[in-house]
Amino acid sequence: MKRYTIFVITENFIGILNRITIIFTRRGINIDALTASESRIPGVHRITIEVTVTEETVIQLVNQIEKIIDVIKAFHHEDTGVVYQELALYKIPVSRLDGGLEKVIRDHHAKIIAAEPDFVVLELTGHKEKTRELLEILKGYGILEFARSGRVAVAKRMLTIDSYVN
Amino acid sequence: METKMRGADIVIRSLMAEQAELIFGYPGGAIMPVYDALYDYQEHIKHVLTRHEQGAIHAAQGYARVSGKVGVCLVTSGPGATNLITGLADAQIDSTPLVCITGQVAAHLLGTDAFQETDIMGISMPATKWNIQVRRAEDIAPAIAKGFFIARSGRPGVVLIDITKNAQVEMSEFNYQPCQEFRSYKIHHPIADQAIQEAAKLLEGAERPYLLFGQGVILGKAEAELKFFLDKSGIPAASTLLGSGALSEEHPNYVGKLGMHGNYAPNLLTNQCDVLIAVGMRFDDRVTGDLSRYAKQAKVIHLELDPAEINKNVKADVAVLGDCKESLAKLTQAITAKKHDAWMGKFRALEQQENEAVVQHDLKPTKVGLTMGEVIHHINRYKADDAVMVTDVGQHQMIAWRYFNYKKTRTQVTSGGLGTMGFALPAALGAQLHDYSRQVICVVGDGGIQMTIQELGTIMQTKAPVKIVLLNNNYLGMVRQWQQLFFDKRYSFTELDNPDFIKLAEAYSIKAQKVSDRAGLAEAVEDMFIHDGPFFLEVVVEKEDNVFPMIATGSSVEEVRLH
Repeated sequence: MKRYTIFVITENFIGILNRITIIFTRRGINIDALTASESRIPGVHRITIEVTVTEETVIQLVNQIEKIIDVIKAFHHEDTGVVYQELALYKIPVSRLDGGLEKVIRDHHAKIIAAEPDFVVLELTGHKEKTRELLEILKGYGILEFARSGRVAVAKRMLTIDSYVN
Repeated sequence: METKMRGADIVIRSLMAEQAELIFGYPGGAIMPVYDALYDYQEHIKHVLTRHEQGAIHAAQGYARVSGKVGVCLVTSGPGATNLITGLADAQIDSTPLVCITGQVAAHLLGTDAFQETDIMGISMPATKWNIQVRRAEDIAPAIAKGFFIARSGRPGVVLIDITKNAQVEMSEFNYQPCQEFRSYKIHHPIADQAIQEAAKLLEGAERPYLLFGQGVILGKAEAELKFFLDKSGIPAASTLLGSGALSEEHPNYVGKLGMHGNYAPNLLTNQCDVLIAVGMRFDDRVTGDLSRYAKQAKVIHLELDPAEINKNVKADVAVLGDCKESLAKLTQAITAKKHDAWMGKFRALEQQENEAVVQHDLKPTKVGLTMGEVIHHINRYKADDAVMVTDVGQHQMIAWRYFNYKKTRTQVTSGGLGTMGFALPAALGAQLHDYSRQVICVVGDGGIQMTIQELGTIMQTKAPVKIVLLNNNYLGMVRQWQQLFFDKRYSFTELDNPDFIKLAEAYSIKAQKVSDRAGLAEAVEDMFIHDGPFFLEVVVEKEDNVFPMIATGSSVEEVRLH
């Protein structure tokens, strides 16, 4: 089993995400993370799915996704074939803000993006290993909430989605 | 000149623009405006009122399978729509082109649990090729145009169009534009010359090549191309369940049927061929048995239209993606003419073994009880070459398939992938309504017929001259057979107390006859075919007969059993 990123280039129609996810649920495969956004081309959306499966399975999944009528193109890459980022938010009680935490923020290049009377929100962008490491440290500071986005990724190869759309 | 009309009229006018000639349906609250519009167009488009929505969709399937056209269904929201689900799944897995139109509550009520509201979009998604909800009158015609195009093109499948009630009553302009392409849907795959050359090279060096054909040949209208390829290549050819009819069984290369209850030689010799060429078939588990012991010795060539089927179950050494009508023609050109007499002789020798061990006992039994096989044998004597055999699911299905003499394309209608009991009676009705003059024989078991027996009412009303042959063994026979073989004869809930089927048929004004012994069988079958109109023939067969050959679940094709 390996970690794969599946890219889906799709028309922006209602229900398309449902059609994609039932391909995974039917086969009893868990989606590690999923991100949907607009693309550079109006009306065309891109969905990025992170999944841990065998190569054989990921090929089957991509074939089935590509078979969906409103999907323009689907393909997959291993981690080495993509540039990706994830964003994590950490909610920390103000009562725990001390010099120690300041060092943690500096060392991890995290940012404070909101300050409320009772808590602050830190942001860190990076790979899972990095955001998870900060989470472990912040558990010592009474972290109230943690949220991490799905993978946002682009393929390393020099091919744009225009070639699929047109 | 564009004219404004009701959304409901647009639905009917759009169906007419797609050359739909027959709708199978059932009215209800949320589809009433469309039914009201239909009243004005009775001269142009026919509608058949079934007795249940499941009957409507199976009838549309039967119609589509024999005609090659898109079957059309029209039902209401809520239970009307959910009653379609079995048929949607059945048609989708068997690649049958359907467009099903469901009524839906008015757009402002969506999501409020309104009367007869159900999320048919969500429910039908896994069982359709494409579905769409239309909430505005102006979106109806484009949705129907796209729906028909998707249903019939590429690998055919099922489209569901859910139309809210407000869209049916609102006014819009009607200017029908058929759909021919759109960017996310790629169906034309040019045949790769290199793949053809590689396939030809494999076949050139093959000593024991073997061809398997499926329904893709029929869907791709490639029957003639298959025949020419076989004539030139001399390769033995076997059919899947849904492939039957694509090649006449009288063709010299035809060696029989594949799968769990197929023929002995075609299954056994799968593991002795050196090149296996599969055309328009998807290596279903009922065909392959244990995949880890399936044709491992062979190089595999796969001619297939659906990219997702290539390498799904069996890895192809050479995959030829594209329409098999084109790829077969190209491959025929690329090969040299050959004969494979010795290899063909192996098939014939094993066929002889099967004849002695199984076939003669089925067709010309010496025991007292009637066999299902001898009934089919008599049907073969009277049937026309293009007679359609419609079967339900179970023992009778396998026996009818094994012994019916398929000579023409689109003569086989059965629920293959889904195995839907109750399919046959409405499907036979639909097949018959496509062409009243064609013989349609509906072979059913006593279990399956009772799942959709209400459609006798539709047969009565349409006077469809379907020849219904009920093979009655008072058991859910296939399950009983498995219980006997694999569950120590523990016949758990498989015996049936049945109604008087003859009285039942007669209650629907259908001429009916019951046969319990051999002496009356031939005459009864003859009477059935002579009778002008629907006929119900009940044949009481041996209670505990089994279907052989058989490949038990988990076994390899070479472990096919004759007893």
